[in-house]
Amino acid sequence: MLRDITIGQYYPAKSVLHRLDPRVKFVGTLVYIISLFIFNSWIGYLISALFLAVMVKISTVPLKFIVKGLKAIVVLLLISMFFNAIFTPGHVVFQVWIIKITEEGLILAAKIGIRLILLIIGASLMTLTTTPNQLTDGLERLMKPLNKIHVPVHEIAMLMSIALRFIPILMEETDKIMKAQIARGADFESGNLIRKVKNMVPLLVPLFISAFRRANDLAMAMEARCYHGGDGRTQMKPLIYKKRDAAAYAVLALYLAIAIAMRVIGI
Amino acid sequence: MGIIKAAKVVFDYLKYSEEGQEPEVNRAIDGVDLDIAEGQFIAILGHNGSGKSTLAKHMNALLVPTEGTLWVDSLDTAEDDDVWKIRQKAGMVFQNPDNQIIGTVVEEDVGFGPENIGVPTDEIWQRVEDALTKTGMISYRKHSPNKLSGGQKQRVAIAGVVAMKPKCIILDEPTAMLDPNGRKEVLAAVRELNEKEGVTVILITHYMEEVILADKVYVMDSGRIVMQGTPREIFSQVDTLKKYRLDVPQVTLLADELKKAGVDIPSGILTIEELVNALCQSN
Ligand SMILES: Nc1ncnc2c1ncn2[C@@H]1O[C@H](COP(=O)(O)OP(=O)(O)OP(=O)(O)O)[C@@H](O)[C@H]1O
Ligand SMILES: [Mg+2]
Repeated sequence: MLRDITIGQYYPAKSVLHRLDPRVKFVGTLVYIISLFIFNSWIGYLISALFLAVMVKISTVPLKFIVKGLKAIVVLLLISMFFNAIFTPGHVVFQVWIIKITEEGLILAAKIGIRLILLIIGASLMTLTTTPNQLTDGLERLMKPLNKIHVPVHEIAMLMSIALRFIPILMEETDKIMKAQIARGADFESGNLIRKVKNMVPLLVPLFISAFRRANDLAMAMEARCYHGGDGRTQMKPLIYKKRDAAAYAVLALYLAIAIAMRVIGI
Repeated sequence: MGIIKAAKVVFDYLKYSEEGQEPEVNRAIDGVDLDIAEGQFIAILGHNGSGKSTLAKHMNALLVPTEGTLWVDSLDTAEDDDVWKIRQKAGMVFQNPDNQIIGTVVEEDVGFGPENIGVPTDEIWQRVEDALTKTGMISYRKHSPNKLSGGQKQRVAIAGVVAMKPKCIILDEPTAMLDPNGRKEVLAAVRELNEKEGVTVILITHYMEEVILADKVYVMDSGRIVMQGTPREIFSQVDTLKKYRLDVPQVTLLADELKKAGVDIPSGILTIEELVNALCQSN
């Protein structure tokens, strides 16, 4: 189950999307997320879904791989949809005890659901097509101006890239510890919520211990390889905009313009 | 002076036993003298907790001696200004392959060291290609390290060090977490670096078959170097080795027992072939 989370994983391929400058992809993801909140009609959602579908197609990442990542957020999705459905006042469709499901609520829930799904797919498409190193390089360059107000931009970027690299390793480890403990009769499935949380303790303790040990080892390995912050550091893959990046920015601008225009004229 | 030289190196660390109590001073390394010539293949043996890793960390300036001095290529490791030069000259490979790979793509990981020491971009690419070729991992350059076998991961880690063009590589039990095949792969890569590139290798290990190949072996016990010599010299002293709780290769053990029982063979036999030859000749 834990292995299914694809957010933060890289899917190696040679598509145009993979080769785009990470800054473009980062800005693109941001623009896409913003557009999801600008669009406010079914046609708008259709356009953003189509846009995403085309991007997924271009990326050559198999759809199965992306959808697998959605499983992890199903619960979150259902909860937010549920609360939207019951707490929106309006025309009551049906009522169970004091819970009123309204037509407006259902529509809102559907919209929230669509937005969230598109948002997650959009964001994971970025991490699937960008190596964490590129991603952090991109972020570092985009945030560089913040260095002037003493934000440790390089350190933040490095921190993120390491976190991303260790997500799959820690996932695998959790899986392993879980299996080891299930084999010894541990039960992670049954009982009420409190019971379940209690049962997680023997899982979390070894996980944390191992995470700390890993962090310690990694810090030493980085130091041994002369890592000493961003000063005087060169880059193996420095970011240089190419023609295709300009084209991608143009596509993004067009997409955002459509979103804004549609909102303005009220479609 | 050799590539690595130690003079009376002592390392103390504070051990905090209970809350509020005065910490206890413990000695992990106790008066170690070393002089390792450039281009040699050195093996360091020792029981658990004998101070091997602590000594290794001194050779990379990750730790600094409490007393005494350690020089790497004539640079004093206690000198703060030289730390990065020392770490470039003496690369280090650790035991756990997962905890020392920083990049998410093999080639990016190998480029990490050169990036840190400010090598220009074009040269980084060259060095990465070169290092991956030398360790036989060039066909995996675009792969994710997570999907490699343990032996392959260690070879990537070695490539990461090689890309910094070190004079000396210190490997702290690099094969401890690997299967026999992975061990062979890693050892072959290390030997090739030593023979073809003339890189000094300091290998800390528990596996005797890895020690046999060394030019010189050091045995450590409770922070001291208690034996040193060629593998043959070391393994001819079976009883002393047992005293330091070290495994002796089975052939050596058998040869030793035979010798004690009166069979006329030389001491310090290291391989099955040697034993066979010796037995044939003794009649
Ligand atoms: N900073 C420290 N804090 C606590 N103990 C330490 C510290 N540094 C070293 N030691 C102790 O010093 C001794 C030597 O440790 P070291 O890791 O060098 O041994 P080793 O020969 O590498 O053992 P192994 O074969 O298990 O790797 C051990 O008893 C260890 O517990
Ligand atoms: Mg050790």
